[in-house]
Amino acid sequence: MNAEQAAIIAEKRSYRRRRLVDAARLLPAFGVVFFSIPLLWSNMQGAEAGGETSTTSAMLYIFGIWALLVIASAVISWRLRPDGGDNDPPMQG
Amino acid sequence: MVTLNLLIVICLAYVVFLFSVAFAADRAAKRGRGKWLNTPLVYTLSLSIYCTAWTFYGAVGFAARSGLEYVTIYLGPTLVVIGWWWALRKMVRVGRSQRITSIADLISSRYGKSNGLAIFVTLFAVIGTTPYIALQLQSVTLSFAVFTEAGASAALNRQSTALWISAGLILFTILFGTRNLDANERHHGVVMAIALEAVVKLFALLAVGVFVVWGLSGGVGGIVARIDASQIAEWNVSGSRWAGLTLLSAAAFLCLPRMFQVMVVENENEGHLRTASWAFPTYLMLMSLFVVPIAVVGLDLMPEGSNPDLFVLSLPLQQGQNGLAILSFLGGFSSATSMVIVAAIALSTMVSNHIVMPVWLWLTGGTAIMSGDVRNVALLTRRFSIAGVIFLGYLYYRVTGGGTALAAIGLVSFAGVAQFLPALMGGLFWRGATRSGAFAGLGVGFVLWLYTLFLPSFGPDTILPQAVFEQGLFGLAWLRPQALFGIAGMDPLMHAVMWSMMLNTGAFVIVSLLSFPEPVERLQAAQYVDVFEHSVTPGSWSGGMAQSEDLLIMSQRILGASEAQAFFARQARAQGVSGYLPEPSPDFLQQLERELAGSVGAATAHAMVSQIVGRAMVTVEDLMAVADETAQIMEYSNRLEAKSAEQTRTARQLREANEKLTQLSVQKDEFLSQVSHELRTPMTSIRAFSEILRDTRELSTEEQAKYSSIIHDETVRLTRLLDDLLDLSVLESGRVTLNRKAGALGDMLDRAEAAAGAGLRIRRDKAAADIVLVTDHDRLAQVFINLIANTRKYCDAKKPVLSISATQVGDDLVIDFIDNGRGIPTGQHSVIFEKFSRLGDSTAGGAGLGLAICREIMARLGGAISYLPGQAGAAFRVTVPIKADVAAE
Repeated sequence: MNAEQAAIIAEKRSYRRRRLVDAARLLPAFGVVFFSIPLLWSNMQGAEAGGETSTTSAMLYIFGIWALLVIASAVISWRLRPDGGDNDPPMQG
Repeated sequence: MVTLNLLIVICLAYVVFLFSVAFAADRAAKRGRGKWLNTPLVYTLSLSIYCTAWTFYGAVGFAARSGLEYVTIYLGPTLVVIGWWWALRKMVRVGRSQRITSIADLISSRYGKSNGLAIFVTLFAVIGTTPYIALQLQSVTLSFAVFTEAGASAALNRQSTALWISAGLILFTILFGTRNLDANERHHGVVMAIALEAVVKLFALLAVGVFVVWGLSGGVGGIVARIDASQIAEWNVSGSRWAGLTLLSAAAFLCLPRMFQVMVVENENEGHLRTASWAFPTYLMLMSLFVVPIAVVGLDLMPEGSNPDLFVLSLPLQQGQNGLAILSFLGGFSSATSMVIVAAIALSTMVSNHIVMPVWLWLTGGTAIMSGDVRNVALLTRRFSIAGVIFLGYLYYRVTGGGTALAAIGLVSFAGVAQFLPALMGGLFWRGATRSGAFAGLGVGFVLWLYTLFLPSFGPDTILPQAVFEQGLFGLAWLRPQALFGIAGMDPLMHAVMWSMMLNTGAFVIVSLLSFPEPVERLQAAQYVDVFEHSVTPGSWSGGMAQSEDLLIMSQRILGASEAQAFFARQARAQGVSGYLPEPSPDFLQQLERELAGSVGAATAHAMVSQIVGRAMVTVEDLMAVADETAQIMEYSNRLEAKSAEQTRTARQLREANEKLTQLSVQKDEFLSQVSHELRTPMTSIRAFSEILRDTRELSTEEQAKYSSIIHDETVRLTRLLDDLLDLSVLESGRVTLNRKAGALGDMLDRAEAAAGAGLRIRRDKAAADIVLVTDHDRLAQVFINLIANTRKYCDAKKPVLSISATQVGDDLVIDFIDNGRGIPTGQHSVIFEKFSRLGDSTAGGAGLGLAICREIMARLGGAISYLPGQAGAAFRVTVPIKADVAAE
């Protein structure tokens, strides 16, 4: 492999990493949006009595989103792990 | 049947077990074998300190009362942890780079290491945490009561139980938390114990949940049917509480002193946050998964009027599952004790670092060298602070009567510590945040929280009279604590949170915008906001006066003798000095301050070092002095630069002068050699002929006459040459005297023609003849004669014709002499006016001084002579001012 190829791959890797950081930054925003959806349910309840959301379906929704966020966060943080020695030196103590 | 004594034995055994785990962890860490302590898993589990007895007992009660609303308390932290890249990462990095010991330290250090701010935040944190500790006491007391009621043993005095529990917790916390001093050396043992307790409480809650779902409801289908049939079957959460509580819990997660302790202070490695970013939300999710089923089954099976906060415990007990009940009890006990221990440690660190140590330093005259052992004082302070903090919790419990729902008490606490959020986030992300702004924001938030939430939480007529609730303070309706500014009908908690947070943030931002930060604040602001760009603190100690020995004595008292000596020796070695006393360089002082900050907090460490070093703070004057110095240096360097530029210029001038001189020297040599050559030719012939005349006897008279005339001619030529040279030297040296008078051009030309024009046809412009010139006529005529003679000598036409024309241009008269010969080749134009320049192998005699003399004359007369190229033949142009005030004399 010549030097030029190596450079292109390193470039691509740092690009990936930057996009992963973007994803890590955006994830809580997605979380806020999804966890704000229950706000709409309360309004619906006021509008028509028949359209109430049951606790079980609400649980299903909330815990489902929760699990998805956890999985997404796990994937992102797993891929964000430092690959080389560029990590901070460990603290003494 | 579980008796009270059995319970106490179980509790004690559990505590002993925890303590031995903590002890083992501490020992392992000390021996450097503690690698397994420093794992992301332990870090994540220690974060679960967030889940206290409130979660363990209170969440079920919360769910039984308000349905799914309880989940907001866990959604907020989930979002914060998932968004670790934004805030947590920065907090941890700042905490590590500045050796932060508590949230009060973080805030005060950010705003110029202000001790006032640290004291305020500490007091606020103590007051804000008090309800939270009361909550733990209440829950443990209730759990004891559940067993005693079920066991029908001796009636339990709740007050004394709570007191005993408080005493036990105080003892336990002191044993755990104050064995070592340096907060940044971390409490490995405590963290390990918390991690273990986290496992116990999760396991206990999951066990109860599994028992409720699969043991009592017949699986998932059964529990879903049960939920749908229960009184909380419908989604019934108000939008404002849903959003508000999520926000509140997120803020509290960042600001709670105990969360800060485990998240930032006890953090070993920033990389652990990565794992926690998904593992901690998972933990929270698992903790809240079975809350609704337990609440629903509890509501279904337990008798009317039983406390829903205790379903986790009372449900297994009622079903006769004693083992499960004891496990559940241990889970609740774990939750409560771990929270109290860490909160008390965090608060005692703050109290001792920010309140007691500065006061003690001040009382003892400011120097730690003279009196007592600082180390002992600090430890003693922390122990008393722990006792004080837990006792305050007990008092709150006594005053509120222990009858309030757990979640409600916890939320009061949350709303209190959430007031730190604007100052904290502003400090981390906004350079413009100032100390005055932080004070204003925190002050406004504190007062509003106190008035609208904390004091009303005791109930009417306890602290605030009923009248104030109904008519407002001083009878002002718009000051009603739960309907501030006339906004009535809101949920009291949301009302308090909205007003306090809104006005807190507003005051913080506006005062920050209007005020001007001190130099230290600005330095710290840059350090905090751009922590990822540079992770070094500005200590700005200029040493000099500091006594290393005094510093060593002081450090020994704080860090312990061996550690201080090792640190000093290390620093000395780094400076290349042997022994224990390094030079008090700014760098060393900064390191020392950080080292001390780990034990006594940044503000105190700064104060201590500054007292020995003899400088209190980095003042504006200091900075200005530095700036002055810089300005002076810059001025000096500017001067140097100017000087060097000047010298470069001079050098260039000198070089030019030197070149000129060299050129002149070359010219002189050439001149001399030419002159001698010119003189030599006639002299040779004169000598030769005179020798012939002297030595030859038989010369005819004719021959004699011929040779004599040759000699005569040559002497005439020599004389002329010498005259010319003399003339030229007079002209060149400017010693010539000009005889100016008015006269017609025609006369001068006539004279010239008569003198030199023989055998030459000259065409003249008759009209120009009458022009009157004021100049030296003889000299000008000399120029004309020279030009005419040149034409006669050099013009190679068969019939030489010279045209002379004159035109007036401005104040000058331009006279052209143009002949009909071949002219002068272009390459020679510049040379012909030089001395001794004769064109080619011209046969005509002449020393080649004529045109040189002409040029000098014209220059003296204020005019010029030049060769005019592009004419029919050779052409010279003479320019002469008509009425010249001739320049030269």
